[in-house]
Amino acid sequence: MTISAIEKTVIGSIDDIPLGEGRTFTVEDEMIAVFRLRDGSLRAVSAVCPHKGGPLADGQIDNRVVVCPLHLFSWDLATGCSQSGQPPITVYPVRVDGDLIVLGE
Amino acid sequence: MTQRLVVIGNGMAGARTVEEILARNGDFTVTMFGDEPYGNYNRIMLSNLLAGVETEEGIFLNDLSWYQENGITLNAGVKIARIDKDSKIVIAEDGSATPYDKLIIATGSYSWTPPMKNVHNPKRGYHQGVFAFRTLDDTRGMIRYARDHERAVVIGGGLLGLEAARGLQNHVSHVTLLHAMGHLMERQLDPKAGAMLQASVEGKLGIEVVTNAMTTEILGKDRVTGVKLADGRVIDCDVVVIAAGIRPNTEMVANSGLPVERGIVVDDQMRVEGEQDIYSVGECAQHRGNLYGLVAPLWDQAKVLADHITGTTEVAYTGSKLHTKLKVAGIDVASMGLIAPEHDTDEVVVYNEPKKGVYKQLIIRDDVLVGAVLVGDNSKAASLIQAFDRGTPLPEERAGLIFDLGGAVEESAEDMPDDAQVCNCNGVSKGAICGAVADGCKTVSGVMDKTRAGKGCGTCKPLVQRIVEWANGGAAEEDPAASWYVPGVPMPKPELMAAIRKYELKSVSSVFDTLVPGAQHDAKSKMGLASLLKMMWADEYVDERDARFINDRVHGNIQRDGTFSVVPQMKGGVTTPAQLRKIAEVAEKYDVPMVKLTGGQRIDLLGVPKEKLPAMWADLDMPSGYAYAKSFRTVKTCVGSDFCRFGVGDSTALGIALEERYQGLEGPGKMKLAVTGCPRNCAEAYVKDLGVVAIDGGRWEIYVGGAAGAHIRKGDLLTTVDSPEEVIRLTGRFLQYYRENANWLERTYSFVPRIGVDRIREIVVEDSDGIAAALDAAVEEAVQAYKDPWKERAEPATPGQFRTSLPLTVLPQVPVRS
Ligand SMILES: Cc1cc2nc3c(=O)[nH]c(=O)nc-3n(C[C@H](O)[C@H](O)[C@H](O)COP(=O)(O)OP(=O)(O)OC[C@H]3O[C@@H](n4cnc5c(N)ncnc54)[C@H](O)[C@@H]3O)c2cc1C
Ligand code: SF4
Ligand code: SF4
Ligand code: FES
Repeated sequence: MTISAIEKTVIGSIDDIPLGEGRTFTVEDEMIAVFRLRDGSLRAVSAVCPHKGGPLADGQIDNRVVVCPLHLFSWDLATGCSQSGQPPITVYPVRVDGDLIVLGE
Repeated sequence: MTQRLVVIGNGMAGARTVEEILARNGDFTVTMFGDEPYGNYNRIMLSNLLAGVETEEGIFLNDLSWYQENGITLNAGVKIARIDKDSKIVIAEDGSATPYDKLIIATGSYSWTPPMKNVHNPKRGYHQGVFAFRTLDDTRGMIRYARDHERAVVIGGGLLGLEAARGLQNHVSHVTLLHAMGHLMERQLDPKAGAMLQASVEGKLGIEVVTNAMTTEILGKDRVTGVKLADGRVIDCDVVVIAAGIRPNTEMVANSGLPVERGIVVDDQMRVEGEQDIYSVGECAQHRGNLYGLVAPLWDQAKVLADHITGTTEVAYTGSKLHTKLKVAGIDVASMGLIAPEHDTDEVVVYNEPKKGVYKQLIIRDDVLVGAVLVGDNSKAASLIQAFDRGTPLPEERAGLIFDLGGAVEESAEDMPDDAQVCNCNGVSKGAICGAVADGCKTVSGVMDKTRAGKGCGTCKPLVQRIVEWANGGAAEEDPAASWYVPGVPMPKPELMAAIRKYELKSVSSVFDTLVPGAQHDAKSKMGLASLLKMMWADEYVDERDARFINDRVHGNIQRDGTFSVVPQMKGGVTTPAQLRKIAEVAEKYDVPMVKLTGGQRIDLLGVPKEKLPAMWADLDMPSGYAYAKSFRTVKTCVGSDFCRFGVGDSTALGIALEERYQGLEGPGKMKLAVTGCPRNCAEAYVKDLGVVAIDGGRWEIYVGGAAGAHIRKGDLLTTVDSPEEVIRLTGRFLQYYRENANWLERTYSFVPRIGVDRIREIVVEDSDGIAAALDAAVEEAVQAYKDPWKERAEPATPGQFRTSLPLTVLPQVPVRS
C-alpha cells in the first residue's frame, strides 16, 4: 500500500461524480481517479492502470474494488493492492466536506 | 443444540465428509475413529510413493494439527468392533464406548485375496514376502522388503496391479504381472484395447505380462520363492503383491445388525436404510445397487451427506457416471461407460494403430456417447468425458471426436515448459498459473480470476483447467460458484430468476441488497445482472449507470489506449453515398486516426477521445451500430437475389429487417447474425449465432450455434421455413430462449450443443413445451421497449459522462495508417 501525501486541495463538487462512478482529476501533474461509492463515501487512487495504462476512472466499482475496463484486472480501493497479480496502485486520502471533494490529509 | 457426530473410518471419504460439514458450519462435536494409526492421507498417492516420486509427508491431506484446530477428537489406530444402535454408542476393540447423536460409517474396503494355497502364514498374517496394496503400512512394508530382493510378481492386471507393477520396478529388477482374465483391465477396456495396453506395458516398460494366469499357490516355506499357476507353470520370485480387487469393510456393520448386501445399503441421502441417525459414505456404501471404487463419486456423496446433515432439505445423491482418465503405469488410458455395444443399433467407432500403441473406441447410442475407451492418446479424453457426463448429442462428424482435425493438438500440462504462454490474450504463462495454485488457489475459476488466464477470448480455458488440475495433483477443487450465474450472487440462473421475480427486483443494487448475504455488492457481477434484469423486465428495468460497463455508459467501444470507437449503424451492411459522405466528413473534422471496415460490415471510426463523442454523434446524426455490449450486434448479408446472379433469396432485405427488429437486444453473450442469398454462403451464415441461408424454392434454412470467432463451429440446422416472416419470428423466439436459458457469457456455440439442437427444435419450432407464445411475447416486449441510446448525444445522462479519464501522459497510441 502506498499513500502519497498531497496537500489539502479542493478538487471539485461532489456533484461532479455520479453515484457509483469515477472521474479523473489532475492535481499537480498527478492524475487521480476519484470514485463515489454507493454509501456516499469517496476513494481516490492513481488514474492509470499499472497493467497497460487503462483509464481506471472508467472502471466498474463496488464498495471494495475497482475493475479496469481494459482487461478487467482489479484493485482494492482501500489499500491499492492488486487482486490479480499486478503491481499496486497509489491510494490518496480523500473525503467529502459539505458538498466539496477534498483531497489530501 | 450441538450434537455428537461420530465417524468410523478416517480415510478419504470419512475425512472429506467432515471437511464438508465444517465448511457448512455444522454444529457438531466430532469424534473420528481410524483403524490406521495416522491422520488422513491420499490413498491414491500410494502408487506414487511406491514409485518413488512422492514422499510420505507429501501424501497427507490433513495432518494431526488439522484435527486439533477444528476441535475433532481423532482416535487414530483404534478400530471399532461394534455399533450398538439401540443405545447409540460405538464400541472400540479396546473396550471403550463412545455415544453419538449422528453416526457416519466410512470404513472403505480391504484388499481381497483370491483363494490360493499358502498365502497366509498362521503366525504372521501374510506369508513372508507377500503383500497387499491398500494402506500406507502395506506400501512401507513392500518397499522395505523389495529393496533387498530381485524378482516380483503382481497378481491382478487391473488398475491397481499395473500401478503396483510399475512402482515395484523402482525397487526390483524384474516384474511379472499375472492376470487371471484374458486381457488387462477387463472391466474398463475391451479386448483390443487391453491387448494394446499389454503391448505397451511390455514394450515400453519391460514388465512381463501373463494373461489367463490363475495363481493357485504361493511357493516357499519361510519366505516366498515363486508362485504356481493353475496350468502348472511356476514363476520364480521373491516378492508377491496381491492387487486382485477390493471388498467393502462391512463385517462389523453387518454384525451390528445394519443392512448389508454387497455394501452397506444407503438411500439417496446416504442414510443407512431404515436408520434415522446412521449414514454411510465411500467405498463401503452401496447406493442404488452400486458400489464405487474411485474417489470422484465419493466426493459427490460427501457433499450430499454434509448438506443433508447440516439441514439442507431436498438434496439427493442420484449416483455417479464412472469414468477414469489416467496414466496407467505411464501409459495414457481413459475409459467411461460401456466397453462393448449392447444393442444392434449401437454405433461403434474404432480407430486402431498398433504400431504407435494407440487405440480408440466409442460406443454411441441415439447420437449420445454411452461408452469410450482410449489407450495411448488421451488428448480427447476431457471432451469425451464431458460429452459422456452430460449426455449431450454428438456432432455428426464422428472423426472429430477422436482426432484433432486440423486444430491444435491438446497439449499435456505436464510436458509444457514453465514459461510457455498459455493465455495469449492476457499473456499468462504456465508458471504463473502454477504459482497461483501454489499460493492456495485450488479452483479453476479462482486461478482465472487471480491471473486472468482464460479471460480474454477464452480459447485457452480447457488448457488452463488441465494445468490447474495437474498442479493440484490430479483434480481441481470444485468451485461452488461454478454454477452461479454471476460470481457475486450465490445462485444458479433459474433460482436467480425466480428470486428476482418473487421479490420484483428491478435494479442491480436491489439484487445485491436482497439476495446476497451481507448485501455485498460485486463490481464483476454488475454487467451480467444488468443484462439479465433488462431481459426480464424490459422497460420496467431500473437502469443504474454504475451497473453499466463503460462501453454502455458512453455508447462506444473502449480501445486499448482508453479512446473509443464510433460505429454508425449500417443495417445489413447497406449504406448510401450521403451517409458515406457524412462519415467521411466527420472522420476528417475530428481527425479520426483510423477508419476501418469491421468484420460485421460496418465502418469503425477508431481512436476517438471520450470527450469528443457527443459532438461527433451530433455531427453524424446516425444511430449507433451496437459494436459493444453483450447484445444483438449486426446482421451480415450478401448481395443476394437483388444483384447477385446466383442469389435465390433477397438476403439483404431480410438482413435489414432482422437488424431493424432486434437491434439492441441484450443477452448473455453477443449475438451475431448473417443472411446469405444462396448456399454459396458469401455472408458466412453457417458460422453465426444465427445464420439464414436462402435455398431454391423460396425457402430459408435457419442455422443456430455457429461461430467463427475464438471458436469455430458450424451452426446446426434448426429448421427450414417458407417465408422471411417465418425467419423473423423464429429468430426472435430462438434468441429469447437463448436469453432466458444461457449462462452469463455463454455464446450460442456452447449453448446450442449443451441443450442439443433437437431439444431446441422441439421447443422453438414444434412448441412441444407450449412456451412458444410466451417467448414470442417476451421478445416482442423487449423490441417495444427499445430506446435509441444515442439520444444521450444531446443531453448527457450524468455530469461529466463524457469527461476524459485519460491521463495527460502520452499512452501507446493506436497505430495510424494513412
Ligand atoms: C494404491 C491405490 C491407488 C488408487 N488410485 C486411485 C486413482 O487413481 N483414482 C481414484 O479415483 N481412486 C484410486 N484409488 C481408490 C481410492 O483410494 C479409494 O476409492 C478411496 O480411498 C476410498 O475412500 P474410503 O474413505 O471409502 O475408504 P478408505 O480410504 O479406505 O478409508 C477407510 C478407512 O476406514 C478405516 N476402517 C475400516 N474399518 C474400520 C473400523 N472398524 N474402525 C475404524 N476404522 C476402520 C480403514 O482403516 C481406512 O483407513 C486407489 C486406491 C489405492 C489403494
Ligand atoms: S478479440 Fe479475442 S483474441 Fe483478440 S485480443 Fe481480444 S480477446 Fe484476444
Ligand atoms: S451467397 Fe449466393 S446469393 Fe449471396 S452473394 Fe454469394 S453467391 Fe450470391
Ligand atoms: S490496462 Fe488495466 S487491466 Fe489492462
